Amino acid sequence: MPKFSLALLDKVQQIIRRYPEGKQKSALLPILHLAQQEFGGWLSPETMDYVASLLGLVPIEVYEVATFYTMFNMTPTGKFVFQICHTGPCCLVGSEKIISYIETKLGIKAGETTPDGLFTLKRVECLASCGTAPVMQLGKKYVEHLTEEKIDSLIEELRTHADFIRK
Amino acid sequence: MQILLENSSVAGIDQFDVYRQHGGYASVEKMLTMAPNDIVEAVKKSGLRGRGGAGFSTGMKWSFLDQKSGKPKYLVCNADEGEPGTFKDRYFMERLPHRLIEGLIVSSYALGVNTAYIYVRGELSWIITQLEDAIAEAKSHGFLGSKILGSEFSLEIYVHPGAGAYICGEESALLESLEGKRGYPRIKPPFPAIAGLYGCPTVVNNVETLAAVPWIVMHGGEAYAAIGIGKSTGTKLISACGNIRKPGVYEIALGLPVEEFIYSDSYCGGLLEGRTLKALIAGGSSVPILPAHLATTTAAGEPRLMTYESLFEGGFESGTMLGSGGFIVLDDKACIVRNTWNFARFYHHESCGQCSPCREGTGWLEKVLERIEHGHGRTEDIDLLVEIAKKIEGKTICAFGDAAAWPIASAIRHFRDEFIEHVSLAKDHV
Ligand SMILES: Cc1cc2nc3c(=O)[nH]c(=O)nc-3n(C[C@H](O)[C@H](O)[C@H](O)COP(=O)(O)O)c2cc1C
Ligand code: SF4
Ligand code: FES
Repeated sequence: MPKFSLALLDKVQQIIRRYPEGKQKSALLPILHLAQQEFGGWLSPETMDYVASLLGLVPIEVYEVATFYTMFNMTPTGKFVFQICHTGPCCLVGSEKIISYIETKLGIKAGETTPDGLFTLKRVECLASCGTAPVMQLGKKYVEHLTEEKIDSLIEELRTHADFIRK
Repeated sequence: MQILLENSSVAGIDQFDVYRQHGGYASVEKMLTMAPNDIVEAVKKSGLRGRGGAGFSTGMKWSFLDQKSGKPKYLVCNADEGEPGTFKDRYFMERLPHRLIEGLIVSSYALGVNTAYIYVRGELSWIITQLEDAIAEAKSHGFLGSKILGSEFSLEIYVHPGAGAYICGEESALLESLEGKRGYPRIKPPFPAIAGLYGCPTVVNNVETLAAVPWIVMHGGEAYAAIGIGKSTGTKLISACGNIRKPGVYEIALGLPVEEFIYSDSYCGGLLEGRTLKALIAGGSSVPILPAHLATTTAAGEPRLMTYESLFEGGFESGTMLGSGGFIVLDDKACIVRNTWNFARFYHHESCGQCSPCREGTGWLEKVLERIEHGHGRTEDIDLLVEIAKKIEGKTICAFGDAAAWPIASAIRHFRDEFIEHVSLAKDHV
C-alpha cells in the first residue's frame, strides 16, 4: 500500500482546507497529481484506493474521475515522457515531422515506451503554446520551438542524466 | 495600446515589490473608498465583454449574481485555456500574476465574494507555482486574507489545477471538475449565477476579463469604453500563430483592421517569404474558417476589423467570430482538408461523451475526414460531412457541439473545391 510521508500528509490537509467543510472531494484532482508524482508517475489501483481513503471516498469515485483526465496515467510510463502536441496550429508548423523524427530515433511509435524503460512518446492536444510550436511537455516543463537538433541533444542529455542516477 | 500588458516587460514585475512600485494594487486601495455596486456600475459602463470566447457583457453577468440567497457566493477564474490557437492567458499569467490577483480582489469586492478559485490547466504547473507565490506575497502585505488593508472585507484565493480535459474550459464542466468530479457540462438553466459551485451563486470569468477590472476601477468605465469601436470596447489580447513571421501575443485596441494585424511588423509581421494568405481562423479552433478575401474584407467589400461585430459581419455565410482571440493563419502551402481532419480528431478526442449527437457525431466526422485526407473519400462524403455537422449543431447539452460543427461546415462552405479535389485525385497534396 502506498503511503505519503508526514510532510505530504500535511500538504494533503492543507489542500483539503482550501474547500468548504464537507466538500473535500474537491481536493481530488490536486491530490491525484500529488500521488502520481510521488508513486512512480502513474496511478495504480492501490494508489487510487489510498487517495480514496484519504478523502473518505469510495474507490470507484476516484477511478471514474482519474480515468476522465488525460494527465493521469493509468499504466506505468517510461522515466521521461515526451508529450508532443499534434493539434492544428502545431501541425501547420511541423509537429508531425518532429513526431516521426522521434519515432525513428527511439525506435518506437507514439503511445509506446522504449525497451530500456527510459522514454515514452505520447501525442497530446493543444498545450497553449501554439506560438512557440512545435512543443512538448516534459515533466513539469515545456520544451518549445522543437527542432531535430534540439531533440538530439535533449535525448542525449536525458540518457546521461539517467546513467548518472543509476551509478 | 497597452492596458493589460502595461509594464509586462519590466524586470521582476512578477514580484510583489516591483509590481507595487509600478502602481500595482492601487485599485485595491481605491476600491475601499467605493461601494461594491459602484464597481459593478463602472464595469457595466466600460462595456467590457467576456474574453473567454462568448463575449457576454461582464457587468450584466455580475448583476445576475444572486445576492439574496443567503448562501456563500463564489468567483471562479477560468484559466483552463485549452482552445487550439489560444495562449494569451498563459502569456499574461507568466508575466503579470499579480495583476490577475489584483483583478480577483477588486472583482470579489464588487460581487461580495469572500472565496475565489483560479482553475488553471494542470499542464501549466509553473504558473500554478507563480500564482501561489503571488497570493502568498499579496497576503503578507495585507492586500489579501482577512480584513484587507484594515477594512471589513476579507478574501481568500486558491489555485486549483485541472488535469487535461479541454471540456473543463466550459464553465459548468469547470465547476463540476472543481467539485472533484468528471468534467461533464451541466444542463442550463440554472445558470451559475443562481446555482454554480456547490449549488451556490457563482460568477465564472476568464483571466483576461478579470485582469481588465483594475484599470477600469482606476480610470473609470467611460475611459475604457472610449477605446475600441461601438460595442467592442477596450483592448484584447490576441495570440497569433500558424504560418506567420512573428507568432506571439499582442494587445490591440479593438477595431484594428485584420489586414494591418496580419501584415504589420508591429503584429504578425506578414507571412513567410514567398507565401500568400490562404485562410484565417480568427478566434480559436471553434470559430468558422475564412478564405483570404473574406478574412481581410467583408462580403460587402468593407475592411474587416478586429471587433466582435465586424468579424461576424455576414453571419455564418461569410463571417466568423472574435472568440478567444486565438488567431491562426494558414498560408498557400497549408492543406485545408488536413487541418479540418485534425480539428475533427481533436473534438472527437475531447468530447465528454454525455450526449449522443456530439459523442457519435464527432467520431463520424473524424472518420469521414480521415478517409478523404488519405485518398479513400467518396464524392457523397462532402455532403455527408455537412449533414453530420447540422445534426450536431444546436442539439447538445453544451456549446462544444457547435464548436465541433462550425469549423467543418465553414471549411466545406469556403473550400469545397479542395475537398472535391481530394476526393477525385485521391491524393494528399501536402
Ligand atoms: C468547449 C468550451 C471550452 C471553453 N474553454 C474556455 C477556456 O479555456 N477558457 C475560458 O475562459 N472560457 C472557455 N469557455 C467559455 C466558458 O464557458 C465561459 O463562457 C467563460 O469562462 C466565461 O468567462 P468570460 O465571460 O469572462 O469570458 C469555453 C466554452 C466551451 C463551450
Ligand atoms: S456537447 Fe459534447 S462536450 Fe458538451 S456535454 Fe454534450 S457530449 Fe459533452
Ligand atoms: S496547437 Fe500545439 S500548443 Fe496549441
